[in-house]
Amino acid sequence: MASAEEVAKAAERRDVRDRWLLSAPALLVILLAATGPLLIVLVYSFLTPGAYGDVKWQFSPDAWISVFMERDIFDDTLSVAVAHVTIFWRSIKLAVVTTLATLALGFPTAYFMATRSEKTRDLWLFLITIPFWTNLLIRTFAVLQIIRNEGIINTILLKLGIISAPIQILYTDTAILIGMAYVYLPLMVLPIYASMEKLDFRLVEAGYDLYATRFKVLRKIIFPLVKPGVIAGSILVFIPALGAYVTPVVLGGGKNMMLSNLIELQFGQGRNWPLGSALSITVMVIVMLALLAYVRNAGRSGVRHG
Amino acid sequence: MPDKPDRNAIEVVNVSKIFGSGEGQVAALDKVSVSIRENEFFTLLGPSGCGKTTLLRLIAGFDFPTAGEILLYGQDIAPLPPFKRPVNTVFQSYALFPHMTVADNIGFGLEMLGKPKGEIKARVAEMLKLVKMEALAGRRTAQISGGQQQRVALARALAPQPKVLLLDEPLSALDYKLRKEMQIELKRLQHETGITFIFVTHDQEEALTMSDRIAVMSSGKILQVGSPWDIYDKPAERFVADFIGETNFLTAAISGVENGKARATLKSGATIEATVAEGFQPKDNATVVVRPEHAKLTKDKGDVSGTVENIVYFGTDTHIHVQLDSGDTFTVRQQNTRSAGCGFERGDKVGILIGNDAAQVLRD
Amino acid sequence: MASNFSIKHQPGFTAIAATCFVVLYLPIIVLVAYAFNAASSTSEWGGFSLRWFQSAYQNTQVIDATLRSFQIGAIAAVLSTIFATMAALATTRTAPYPGLTFKYAAINQPLMVPEIVTGVALLIFFSRIKIFTGYSGLGYLIAAHTAFCIPFAYLPIRARLENMDLTLERAAADLYATPWKTFRRITLPLLWPGILAGLMLAFVISLDDVVITEFVKSGGQDTLPTYMLGQIRRGVTPEINAISTAFLLLSVAIVTLFFFVSRKRD
Repeated sequence: MASAEEVAKAAERRDVRDRWLLSAPALLVILLAATGPLLIVLVYSFLTPGAYGDVKWQFSPDAWISVFMERDIFDDTLSVAVAHVTIFWRSIKLAVVTTLATLALGFPTAYFMATRSEKTRDLWLFLITIPFWTNLLIRTFAVLQIIRNEGIINTILLKLGIISAPIQILYTDTAILIGMAYVYLPLMVLPIYASMEKLDFRLVEAGYDLYATRFKVLRKIIFPLVKPGVIAGSILVFIPALGAYVTPVVLGGGKNMMLSNLIELQFGQGRNWPLGSALSITVMVIVMLALLAYVRNAGRSGVRHG
Repeated sequence: MPDKPDRNAIEVVNVSKIFGSGEGQVAALDKVSVSIRENEFFTLLGPSGCGKTTLLRLIAGFDFPTAGEILLYGQDIAPLPPFKRPVNTVFQSYALFPHMTVADNIGFGLEMLGKPKGEIKARVAEMLKLVKMEALAGRRTAQISGGQQQRVALARALAPQPKVLLLDEPLSALDYKLRKEMQIELKRLQHETGITFIFVTHDQEEALTMSDRIAVMSSGKILQVGSPWDIYDKPAERFVADFIGETNFLTAAISGVENGKARATLKSGATIEATVAEGFQPKDNATVVVRPEHAKLTKDKGDVSGTVENIVYFGTDTHIHVQLDSGDTFTVRQQNTRSAGCGFERGDKVGILIGNDAAQVLRD
Repeated sequence: MASNFSIKHQPGFTAIAATCFVVLYLPIIVLVAYAFNAASSTSEWGGFSLRWFQSAYQNTQVIDATLRSFQIGAIAAVLSTIFATMAALATTRTAPYPGLTFKYAAINQPLMVPEIVTGVALLIFFSRIKIFTGYSGLGYLIAAHTAFCIPFAYLPIRARLENMDLTLERAAADLYATPWKTFRRITLPLLWPGILAGLMLAFVISLDDVVITEFVKSGGQDTLPTYMLGQIRRGVTPEINAISTAFLLLSVAIVTLFFFVSRKRD
């Protein structure tokens, strides 16, 4: 008979093997229908565009060059591609502002929820969860009906005589901003709330006991302790905001392009799949940088409590 | 004590358990050997982290030893998975299945063994009666009290009639009164079923009151195995003497070892009789232990002398802390009477009498 | 200062929170209200009517897209939940082992990449396979949905597993249950609420997807959201409000169910 030691080693090996077998289907599906194709995008970004879409299997760095530069048709000189840079700038700007706006609204909301009694807390959580799981397209559509010229905001303002003509919000950057802040707000509230719920309010009491003002308590005690939630929420809002597709299509009306629309264009009318691929990779790199910053930040402010 | 047959139910032979690897290696058990007799209430006693629970887990099969053998009636069970060992466990958290009724919990082991339905039913009924839980057979385990959960856990582990029952600090979650009740209940169950019990606890009082024999453990080693009386009155090592009850330590020169007795000359110059372990060699610098209740305080000259430093009233008795002239401290426990005080005051010059059968010489 | 000093009070926070909740629900309420509008345009109120629900119900394209959404959602939810359950069992309640971090990263990878990038990647990859195999059925959409649903299904299942008391399974093994029997009789019944929650979450996520579906679908494979997007792009009729309202109702029902299932403790 094998010794206990050998049996233990064999059991451990079997356990690791079983764990690989169990996770194989999930890993395989994700590899085939999510991660793997990303590598093909990388390859495509170095190929030559085909005449009717797709690619020709011929190496070319052109796609990467034209992410930020454009070649003059007459003298072949390179200059900065103003259109692309503008779209990059607008996307990043809108994503950052959206993140800040949702933070400014979401932090007090999460605080409010976490300071309710245990029974009603579940109700507030439920109220935040419903929009969270409601179709993003429907919610964007709902915003559209509010802010358009015949929408409720303009109608009320007109009726009250505050304005004489409808304010044009729809199909502007402001519309995209309002829409994104609206749809991504729950994504900010939920992780902050999760951190806040674990907050030990005796620490707040101790703060007041030691002569802190309300603002000092907020800044020196509450905020540092819920910072992991704030960072998580910011990442959860920033990533989809940067790659937002539905909101600019519905509220930007196709005039105010964001990165996703630019990418889509290359696979549609633009018929430049390599450029679309290069742009996609660029978006991913920005996202990865944001995630990296998050991981490093979360690692440093690794406050554990509760 | 009832007669026990001398057959060993469990023999633990040179068992080591090492966790981690390389620099971070920790030996939870270090070449432990111990024999547990059939039909015995055997207790593994020690502070947390001493390895007692690890040893229990190795016997149960939740972990495998790094080296050594664990014999169950002569057969090495160390390599067997838990479901192939005729050994059952009562868990510290009870680990009752929350999605099953009390009766289903108790019948689970028998069901897994593939026993016929009729037999399971009869055995479950018998077990429910044994732990006095007949009325609650259909309840979910979340709907019964902690004490009742404890009984169900016991019945569940006893139902398959294991050769050995392992109990991992099963009483620690109960309040004081219930714990006392369950201590008696456990003794009764062990007596009625005739199953060998291996009981793990860090509570010395629990160990002393319940066990036939106790193994005192510390840092992965068994320091002493013996009856409660042995362990309390004849501690072999400083740790055992210190961990169980209260003890005074005195330095003495040992001479005239004969028949387990020896003469101990204390620093004060007085000589008393002390018991020694077998094979003890005379030496100049040995430690002698004296339990507080085995010494007597006197206003005359005693075997050692000192000054009363503190008097602590405990209800049943009074502890008098004495600063000895040699510099050590010594505690004497004195039974209280209703009418009089203890008869001493702080600052009194006192002598301490150590009887002839009061001192034990440590091995170290 | 007031005699009752509340340590939890922060000036203005309650007002902001109240605004947030109003703002979150107001557009949805307006959207639902206009679904019952009798007028042909969403600019005016023409009285209460169910005509747009009726018109949506009689629109074969809507019904078609709805059925397709349900079909893809159901299959993707079931598949992703099964795979996520297996993966959760493989990645919880263990000492770290080689490859564990890789598995975490891989399973959560679809969450880390913007949908547009995944959409583009799948468009390229699947168009190659389409040329290679000639197959252009719903399989591509189902595969894509299954993949991005896995991390969502994985979440509640893993949470449930990690909160589960390992001693229960140990107790079963102690009582002669083989590993398989322990799984069937102890682990699975206790894990069930987590699995159910994962299933519902996956279904909702699949049902909601616009971007990836938009890129992966072949002609005539519109799901309800991509159909709606097409309609919204073209101009708005109250019919979209009616469809949205029905959709909303379904989401709320599933979320409510999810909420109770995932909070159930025993």
